[in-house]
Amino acid sequence: MAAGVAAWLPFARAAAIGWMPVANLPMPVAPSNKNKRQDELIILNVSGRRFQTWRNTLDRYPDTLLGSSEKEFFFNEETREYFFDRDPDVFRSILNFYRTGKLHYPRYECISAYDEELAFFGIIPEIISDCCYEEYKDRKRENTERLMDDLEDNKDSKLPNMTFRETMWRAFENPHTSTMALVFYYVTGFFIALSVITNVVETVPCGYMPNQRDVPCGERYTEAFFCMDTACVMIFTVEYLMRLFAAPSRYRFMRSVMSIIDVVAILPYYIGLVMTNNEDVSGAFVTLRVFRVFRIFKFSRHSQGLRILGYTLKSCASELGFLLFSLTMAIIIFATVMFYAEKGSSSSKFTSIPASFWYTIVTMTTLGYGDMVPKTIAGKIFGSICSLSGVLVIALPVPVIVSNFSRIYHQNQRADKRKAQKVQKARLARMRISKSGSSTAFLHSKRNGLNQSLELTQLPYYKMKLSPQGSLEEDQQLKKTTSLLESQHHHLLHCLEKTTNHEFVDERLYEQGYLQTALQNFPSQSPSLSSEEGITGTCCSRRPKKNIQPLNATHTHSHTHNLQELSALHIQCGEQQPLNTSRSSLNLMSDESGSLNCKSSGLVTTAIISIPTPPSNNSRASPDAPSPPNPEAPPLLNPSSTDVVKISAL
Amino acid sequence: MSSCRKRCKREILKFAQYLFRVITGTLNPDSIEDELELSAVRHRPEALEQLEAQTRFSRKELQILYRGFKNECPSGVVNEDTFKEIYAQFFPQGDASTYAHFLFNAFDTDHNGSVSFEDFVMGLSILLRGSVQEKLNWAFNLYDINKDGYITKEEMLDIIKSIYDMMGKCTYPILKEETPRQHVEIFFQKMDKNRDGVVTIDEFIDCCQNDENIMRSMQLFENVI
Repeated sequence: MAAGVAAWLPFARAAAIGWMPVANLPMPVAPSNKNKRQDELIILNVSGRRFQTWRNTLDRYPDTLLGSSEKEFFFNEETREYFFDRDPDVFRSILNFYRTGKLHYPRYECISAYDEELAFFGIIPEIISDCCYEEYKDRKRENTERLMDDLEDNKDSKLPNMTFRETMWRAFENPHTSTMALVFYYVTGFFIALSVITNVVETVPCGYMPNQRDVPCGERYTEAFFCMDTACVMIFTVEYLMRLFAAPSRYRFMRSVMSIIDVVAILPYYIGLVMTNNEDVSGAFVTLRVFRVFRIFKFSRHSQGLRILGYTLKSCASELGFLLFSLTMAIIIFATVMFYAEKGSSSSKFTSIPASFWYTIVTMTTLGYGDMVPKTIAGKIFGSICSLSGVLVIALPVPVIVSNFSRIYHQNQRADKRKAQKVQKARLARMRISKSGSSTAFLHSKRNGLNQSLELTQLPYYKMKLSPQGSLEEDQQLKKTTSLLESQHHHLLHCLEKTTNHEFVDERLYEQGYLQTALQNFPSQSPSLSSEEGITGTCCSRRPKKNIQPLNATHTHSHTHNLQELSALHIQCGEQQPLNTSRSSLNLMSDESGSLNCKSSGLVTTAIISIPTPPSNNSRASPDAPSPPNPEAPPLLNPSSTDVVKISAL
Repeated sequence: MSSCRKRCKREILKFAQYLFRVITGTLNPDSIEDELELSAVRHRPEALEQLEAQTRFSRKELQILYRGFKNECPSGVVNEDTFKEIYAQFFPQGDASTYAHFLFNAFDTDHNGSVSFEDFVMGLSILLRGSVQEKLNWAFNLYDINKDGYITKEEMLDIIKSIYDMMGKCTYPILKEETPRQHVEIFFQKMDKNRDGVVTIDEFIDCCQNDENIMRSMQLFENVI
């Protein structure tokens, strides 16, 4: 419940009087305000700066340090104030949280100092309000990244026990780790350059052969070039195999772009070796040699800038795609126009629309080769429009790509945004949980029997321990007081339940009940000592049943006409039947969300059995008898107050 | 005639401005959204002594009430939306807005669309410190939506439906369509003595005073403040 509205709880409770004449059932007893004291000012001394506030303000959030009894540890008897040896500046925001219900993050504060203060005072950072939350998250992320970067830099120091394989991989990835790695790095770089240069020089015409024809060097010094090619390819192959060996995940390595480039670079050579000098395949063979130029891409391992460029292009794919698409549209439009404009003129080069594509592209990119020129006036006009628009269309996406490049260069924003989205979802989920906390708290307390309120017809109830096992913690749980505010809120919800004669359940149970078409009526005739059935009834009938101690027995429930109050705890007995109450095999784990019912999985720990009977007959179940207690209460015929057997395990 | 010319001139001027803007490419000025002040009304309640005299609260209680009130509504009045929002916080599982609407009308005794602190405190005084007669009166006033002195079946159905709405969807047993209607029937059977289809204030008070449960539950919230 938000802070401010805690002050309105009295109003909501008062307004509940409006339900009273409509209700058919008696209302539960209100929680008493036992230690009702006048609201007092308390003094919080934080490192000398005194803050004062009402005690009720702090009580709004009972699960924080200041709202719970934990602050008593800091109470200073002589000065009658609470002393905290913490930062007073940050404390201001924290106290404001209690006052206004909103937690703000002051921008001048260091993020880790703020986090520490929040942790000390027991406040989770997720409730920082939206106005400051983005800032907080950004600063936090920066901080963690910086810490991680520092960690990584320190990681490069050699770890004592790295396997040979790991050393090799590190050497490949980071050439500065050792001299060998550096040597290897430069050698491969040299050979890449060599290979590329040989490819280029191969085609230069050099020298004259006796048959008076310029031959490219490649054909003249075939063996030399072949040797050099072989050497390069051998080095590349060895390097590739070594990387493959050292890679921590070979499959992932083989899928990576760099390894594909490597493979493509060396494959033509091997294919060329395999293939003979056939006439048919020589054409294909020549094509394959083109792929040798891909060796130049191997340089990207050596250059960070190349990698960033590649990554930019990849991430700007949408902009590039848009550029291409708009260019294509413009080309088609102008080509068509030019074709029809130039159709009339004789000896026009614009023979077809695809033929005009060439003109349009050359004009739009402002190349202007001049091999195709329009001759008609209309053609010239449209041609000029074409070139003007070409400038515009090309100039528009380019700044986007540029800004992308710089953005990626400075910060990896895309990945962070995705991370932030996940965090946002997690944050919303947490906030939803805490908001629904009030309703689940209500159901929770019902389960725990802390809602021990009885109907306004005052009835005694007795707490009985049926087995000592595990009862200690449950006992403590019972003693754990919900704050007065919570108990009042729960009382309000309880009144609403009574007014409408329906109960709050949570999602899971609702769906279970929904699936059942008819509520089953299980009058159990005799208590069996077997533990086959747990509570039979709508809620439990689908639960897995387990074997339990012989203490347990089935218990009955049958529902009367209207009043079907079946929480795990309330079992109604039929009017005509004798009260066959028996202990159920209840063993409620208190923090099982959603299972309001009994799970017959273990021992019965404690149970409160209260058998409200009309005031005339006050029998109660004997707790210790292993047989189902069969009180002497006659069946009740009064429709308005029914026999409600409350069994709750603690 | 001159007005016509003036208007013409204004139009031409506007058009010229528009052309100018188009050509030179100035951006459209951001549409100034006049943030409507939620309520420029600032309401100060009557003095503490007067309220003390008019209600049955002590000075200290009034102080506490006002602090809570002012915290949530700094402007001094609650309008219906804030009211609904506040009330909905207490019933997270269901939809409390309809019932809050009826409550709002019950608190807003002078029907000016907002609940001031005086209205608030008067209502609370009746509910918490009033006699049973007054409380029943207040309840009748709540149920009588159109304030004509009679509770008809339709009004009661609306009220009961709004109460059931607050339960939300996840209830046990499942809320059926006819449940509110049945509830209304039960209510009318109990209250409508002369079977004329409406419940008057006397029938209502009479009947409630004879019902033990109701009388007991009226005392439930005695010590809320």
